[in-house]
Amino acid sequence: MLKLTINGQEIEVPKGTMLLSACQQAGADIPTFCYDPDLKLAGSCRMCVVEVEGRRNLLASCVTPCENNMVVSTESDRTTEARKVILELLLARHKVECMTCEKVGMCKLQDYCYRYGVKDSRFAGEKGHFAMEDPNPFIERDYDKCIMCTRCVRACEEITGAQAINVKERGHHAKISTIFDGKLADSTCVFCGQCIMVCPVGALTSKVSMGKGRSMEYDRVLTTCTYCGTGCTLELNVKDDQVVGVTSNRDATYSPVNKGALCVKGRFGWDFIHSPERLTTPLIKENGQFRPASWEEAMDFAANKLKAIKEKDGPDSIAMFSSARVTNEENYLAQKMMRAAIGTNNVDHCARL
Amino acid sequence: MAEEQRVILEYADKIDPKKADDYIKVGGYKGLEKARSMDRKALIDEVKKSGLRGRGGAGFNAGMKWSFVPIKDEDRYVVCNFDEGEPGTYKDRIICEKNAQALLEGMAICGAAIASKQGYIYCRGEYPFVVKMLREAIKSAKDSGALGDFDIEVRMGAGAYVCGEETALIESIEGHRGEPRFKPPFPGVAGLWAQPTVVNNVETFACLPYIMTNGADWFAGIGAAKYPGTKVLTLTGDVENATYFEVPTNYMLRDVVYKLGGGVKGGKKFKAVQVGGTSGAFIPEQNLDTQIDFDSMSAIGAALGSGAVFVMDETRDIVDIVTRISKFFEHESCGKCNPCREGTWRCREIMEKINAGKASQKDIDNLMLLSRVMKNAALCGLGQAAPIPIDSTLEHFGYEYSRKIV
Amino acid sequence: MSNYTDIIASCQGKKGGIIEAFHAIQEQYNYIPEEALKEAAKHFGIPEAQAYGVATFYSYLSVEKRGRYIIRMCESAPCHVAGADELLKEMESILGIKVGETTADGKFTLELTECIGQCQATPVITINSEPHFDVNKAKLAEILASCK
Repeated sequence: MLKLTINGQEIEVPKGTMLLSACQQAGADIPTFCYDPDLKLAGSCRMCVVEVEGRRNLLASCVTPCENNMVVSTESDRTTEARKVILELLLARHKVECMTCEKVGMCKLQDYCYRYGVKDSRFAGEKGHFAMEDPNPFIERDYDKCIMCTRCVRACEEITGAQAINVKERGHHAKISTIFDGKLADSTCVFCGQCIMVCPVGALTSKVSMGKGRSMEYDRVLTTCTYCGTGCTLELNVKDDQVVGVTSNRDATYSPVNKGALCVKGRFGWDFIHSPERLTTPLIKENGQFRPASWEEAMDFAANKLKAIKEKDGPDSIAMFSSARVTNEENYLAQKMMRAAIGTNNVDHCARL
Repeated sequence: MAEEQRVILEYADKIDPKKADDYIKVGGYKGLEKARSMDRKALIDEVKKSGLRGRGGAGFNAGMKWSFVPIKDEDRYVVCNFDEGEPGTYKDRIICEKNAQALLEGMAICGAAIASKQGYIYCRGEYPFVVKMLREAIKSAKDSGALGDFDIEVRMGAGAYVCGEETALIESIEGHRGEPRFKPPFPGVAGLWAQPTVVNNVETFACLPYIMTNGADWFAGIGAAKYPGTKVLTLTGDVENATYFEVPTNYMLRDVVYKLGGGVKGGKKFKAVQVGGTSGAFIPEQNLDTQIDFDSMSAIGAALGSGAVFVMDETRDIVDIVTRISKFFEHESCGKCNPCREGTWRCREIMEKINAGKASQKDIDNLMLLSRVMKNAALCGLGQAAPIPIDSTLEHFGYEYSRKIV
Repeated sequence: MSNYTDIIASCQGKKGGIIEAFHAIQEQYNYIPEEALKEAAKHFGIPEAQAYGVATFYSYLSVEKRGRYIIRMCESAPCHVAGADELLKEMESILGIKVGETTADGKFTLELTECIGQCQATPVITINSEPHFDVNKAKLAEILASCK
């Protein structure tokens, strides 16, 4: 175990612990942009710098391993000065349009500017010109709001494995890009939106949810995605009894299957929920026309038909094709019904195709 | 003392650097032979004892650096930093063009010390002709048998000053963007392809054959006691003799300008000298009576760095030159960390504003604040050193700024 | 396309050698065409977006078509005080292009560079990486005329 003093408090941590984690254990709230517990470390945003006695420079706590007898200060004058200047530098390049930004309330840049009292930037000057309209229907990319934390690049590679984006050019010309700045649709992007999930600012947002409500306006309802049997947890964003978006819950306690990661369907394919064309009752076809029916009637109808077919042509004239959208348990029951109730082995599943 | 003392460059223009045989005739590869006959630990101790410190800029004790390398089953690499990108610097090119075999021998000596069989020379992309020459020199050395089973491959950079930072250099050899890594882990533990790696500068390696042949005590006795040996300097700007020299490290800066350099060009008066390249401090007249060694230069808030000596005469506009320098750092920032990516950009903007006579004292205050945060919080040496020319000129040549302020 | 493949394959033995491959491609084409970049990415087993990130990081690599002669003007401090600015203006007026542009006949591309390590003879320009020393207006015309 290593002994450290953090903001005057003595703490013990196992060898290999990073300073950021030790500071958090000591109750310090350290601001971070590029740090993400599920991604490789970058150590690049420098917001998490802390002051360690005897060290000339401030240390980025997310990438500094704890050493015995370190005396650490997390909100010293020097750290505060550095964080304020970094915020002002980011603000100087940022398209500040918080009034209409989708990310309001969940934006780290906004939160930290508030926390450190940064109203505007002493370094305001030329701005970047990165804006690029990507014609895809899901992901809005506004790189004039990008802070170059590269979490999207890392998430794309490390969570999804799509490797569609990377950093191009260098210095303040650097930006996130696909090959030759092409469209996402022409890249290896699978529109999972993990980039949106990890983006700490308004640079990446959902086009599907745009204008429908911001974080303080909606409730988050934890549920399981219905698209397939994987069972991903997601949060429905509900405003005035309407689903206006889907966000990730990255806490493994609530989201043990996917830790917040979703696919294009789960993240963006929720607009059917309030579709007027959606079926709300079973339908029975009579004389070439569908009519609404109750569940009891529909079940009886199907059971009678199946019985009749079985009696006339035998059980092997019936087959069951089940769906990957239902759970394992339901798939089990489906084959059980075919084998035990109908008496056939004609059972198959769409995932096998 | 105004004479050069040539160790690395003793046989400059007298031997063909491409030919191992030429080098062997003047005593070459004897040092490697001796190194290989020694126990690894004894070899490292000998290098430590010589007091050889890195000639790339950080001035770390070479033997000490090698001693951190763990010897386990994995591969280890010897990497030569030949990315000399500091404007005004070309000493590593001269060393290669005059005595490439000494570099190869030095790398092989390091190979013997850390039990590595593979070396890489990372040569800057600005020197394709030196890359070609080095490849011939390596072939000749391999053919002669002098290198034994130690192999050296040359990799070419592609125009990125930041790749002079050792971890960025390693990233570049691996075929990546030249972005520095955070440290620890240091390259000695996890460097090239995550294996233990020693990275030293061309000049550092080139000293080794002479240390091994003449002994650690001989080397330790040359120049300044705490930074012994010789240093190759390149003189640029307003000096009569804009060329290279090799001098002992206790040589005086004033003598560099007035004796070696032949004084300020055209009989003009001296204004400033910037030592160590574009990231170095500007040194005023009153600090010229300083030894060039690492510690003496540090004591006056400057650095020996790469050994570039850029002299400016009385007519030079310091603010204009620093503005140009700020553009350099803006261009060369890799963009990875916030303080450097954004800071070098804003430094250039403010410097241009001052240079154009449109700035106020408030801009200078902002510049000083920015400089302090870059030094404190940037990820690598580039961002930390970028404000040094600004700070040192504000300190010593403040009147040049005041003149332009509204 | 087979040509790209051959060039890239010649760098096969070099672990992580995509930058070497880019140099070899540029030696042939003066820039890195999109197909060549994709081929190199495939060959070295890295994502295309990453290969593009590498190619655009280094100032000596270009993913845009350039002229037969690439002129680079050093503008670092030693060349700056030796008159690089005026020389650059002269060059722009002779060639009729600005920095970053290529002449209409596809002959010259003009670029800026930082120090190229030839500071014994400032100002310095390079043409296809070959340095020319102590360049002045008269010398410049001569050098450009020698580019056929």
